[in-house]
Amino acid sequence: MSRHESRGGWWFIAPWIVGFLVFTAGPMVVSLVLSFTDYSLVGQSHAVGLENYRDLWSDPRVRTSLANTFTYAAMFVPLGTAVALGLAMLLQRVGRMAGFFRTAFYLPVMTPAVAAGAMFLLLLNGQRGLVNEVLGWVGIDGPNWTTDPAWLKPSLAVVSLWTVGGSIVIYLAALHNVPRQLHEAAMLDGAGPVRRFWHITLPMISGALFFTVITHTIAAMQMFDQAYTMFYGPQQKATASDESLVYMVYLFQNAFQFFKMGFASSMAWLLFVIILLITALQFRIGNRFVYYEGESR
Amino acid sequence: MTRRRLAVLSLVPILLATGCAGVGSKSSGGGDSSGKSGSTWSGTPSGKLNIMGFGGEDEVAQARISAFQKAYPDVSVTHNKGDFDAQQFLTALASGNPPDLVYIDRNLIGTYAAKGALQPLSDCVSGQQVDTGQYRPAAMRSVTYKDKPYGIPEFYIVSVDLVDAKTVKAAGLTVDDIQTKDWAALKATSAKLYEGSGSKIKRIGYDPKLPDSFPLWAAINGAEIVKADGSPNLNDPKAVEALDFALGLVKDQGGWGNFKAFRDSYDIFGEKNPLTVGSIAAFPMENWYVNVLRDSRKAGLQLGAAPILGRDGKPVSTLGGQAWAIPKGAKNPKAACAWAKTMTTTDTWMKAAEARMATVKKDGSFFTGLFTANKQADDQIREKYLTKAPDAGFEQAIQAFYATLDSAKALNPSPAGAEIDAAWKSGVARALGGQSAKAALDQAQKEAQAAYSKVSGG
Repeated sequence: MSRHESRGGWWFIAPWIVGFLVFTAGPMVVSLVLSFTDYSLVGQSHAVGLENYRDLWSDPRVRTSLANTFTYAAMFVPLGTAVALGLAMLLQRVGRMAGFFRTAFYLPVMTPAVAAGAMFLLLLNGQRGLVNEVLGWVGIDGPNWTTDPAWLKPSLAVVSLWTVGGSIVIYLAALHNVPRQLHEAAMLDGAGPVRRFWHITLPMISGALFFTVITHTIAAMQMFDQAYTMFYGPQQKATASDESLVYMVYLFQNAFQFFKMGFASSMAWLLFVIILLITALQFRIGNRFVYYEGESR
Repeated sequence: MTRRRLAVLSLVPILLATGCAGVGSKSSGGGDSSGKSGSTWSGTPSGKLNIMGFGGEDEVAQARISAFQKAYPDVSVTHNKGDFDAQQFLTALASGNPPDLVYIDRNLIGTYAAKGALQPLSDCVSGQQVDTGQYRPAAMRSVTYKDKPYGIPEFYIVSVDLVDAKTVKAAGLTVDDIQTKDWAALKATSAKLYEGSGSKIKRIGYDPKLPDSFPLWAAINGAEIVKADGSPNLNDPKAVEALDFALGLVKDQGGWGNFKAFRDSYDIFGEKNPLTVGSIAAFPMENWYVNVLRDSRKAGLQLGAAPILGRDGKPVSTLGGQAWAIPKGAKNPKAACAWAKTMTTTDTWMKAAEARMATVKKDGSFFTGLFTANKQADDQIREKYLTKAPDAGFEQAIQAFYATLDSAKALNPSPAGAEIDAAWKSGVARALGGQSAKAALDQAQKEAQAAYSKVSGG
């Protein structure tokens, strides 16, 4: 690459870099500083050393919210990946109207999370909701999705499936890139659809799968909108169970309800470190299974 | 490492970074205008007045806005027409651009005052000659922190038991059977009115309205969940006993999961509201709801009402409502103070009542009362405008609310009010989820006490 081209490249990505530094990296650095203070959004802040980080260990609701978030992530990541992949494979088979269906499946991503949360509260109502009504037609007595503490996290995971459209698009592109001749050769050798899926499709799209697993995990650890709307909105906040308290909601409460912005900042940094560790672990494990096109091993 | 791997790796810190973005903020607060006196507060205001948290769209609000604009034509008023949003308010405050006035729940005043987000209004009261004697003492107490007023109280929200008289009568009971003094009798009444099979509920008999009404049940049993000094008292044995009883009512009527799901399906503001369609027989409800129910008479609603009594037989009600408060750093505190005064004086409330009467007349409906924190205004409005309702049940409800006004009591203000609030709500939610009332409230008390000790330096 010539120096001229290199400079051009920097110019092209300059708006993004400026945006990142001002709106992401800057606030991150400030939040790191705040995490060592008693900043309350009002008045002066004072340095408190590691007190906020010590409070992370002594506050039982931090542990509760972290456990809830891990549980939710453990449900949503595999479920979201499987559902998105299943839908992508179905979409791949659609001939005519493919464009329509792709758009239809992607549209929910554009729906505001608050609107989706409110809609699912109605659909998942255990007594009069449409979901249990339909389950009743086939003799299933559906659970109280949004009110039974045992079902709060599963229902949150189900609601989050509403936004897997982005992953579907990624999987569709990956599926289109799987060489047809590999399937043809396997078929000649007598491989059925299941074997071909496990031994050809999955390895060939493992890069896309790996990417979406990482992004799903990060998104799940940062779950806020739907949990807040469904369980902590104006109509629900008084009845919210600890079972629905995800980490980001508790962080938000500390920052804006309890005036503990310093503590909330330390919570943000704890989450950052946790996600960093999980991602590093995912890379360590994932790289053993992911096939990168053009890579020689 | 291939370029593709590098590309994937390079995305990770960006995605991770979003986890910490959004919580950073500058480390100093807004400007400080507290302690200003003299011309800062007295005299005729002018300039811009920026209000946060005030919807102000109905005729009662509009009439009072007009009264202010007529009295102070040199003040240009802007308000965001949304409810109070703590995040919006606090970030405005932190960025040094607070509103001049905020319309806020009175139960938040203690917390916000303790944090220094609000200014004491002693100078406002003297500068604009606000007659605090016109406000109900209970309302004034809820806006007072460390002997200083931090808000001017506006509405006055109290509760009585509202009853679906038709259902109660069909069950062979009377409205008088809905009472909170004799708990064993209430339990039996609720069981008689409840209708459901298996996990499906058709009608709730008596809804204790947990978790929101936990303070009410504690009060019925003679407990105060926040002590006079602002410290939490969540696991008072009487509060535990009250929660235990209220939990029993829920348990007897399908259990929390079914109960809440059924309750969530109510169309509370519509024609098919739960009292009209027979989804609930009785529940503690606030005074504003009678106005909502007026039009449901056509749909067959037969309303009844009963006062909420303590176990000692005395009337009990929790007390809520908003207040006008002036944030620290407000640029036009004089106009803000004049607004708070004007919006809550007897004369202005009379204009609001007049506007409400015009609407009532236009709709061919009837007046259900206006409940303000201004006792003089309430008395005058009642005398001038309140006539007997054309429906005996509504008349009973309106009278029951008026009878409750003098005995209603707000939670004591506390510097850790928000944390105490969150702790008991979370505790009651845990109890509804299966934890024992005592264990749930013990834990709530521990959390609330820790927060209180921290903010009070104890």
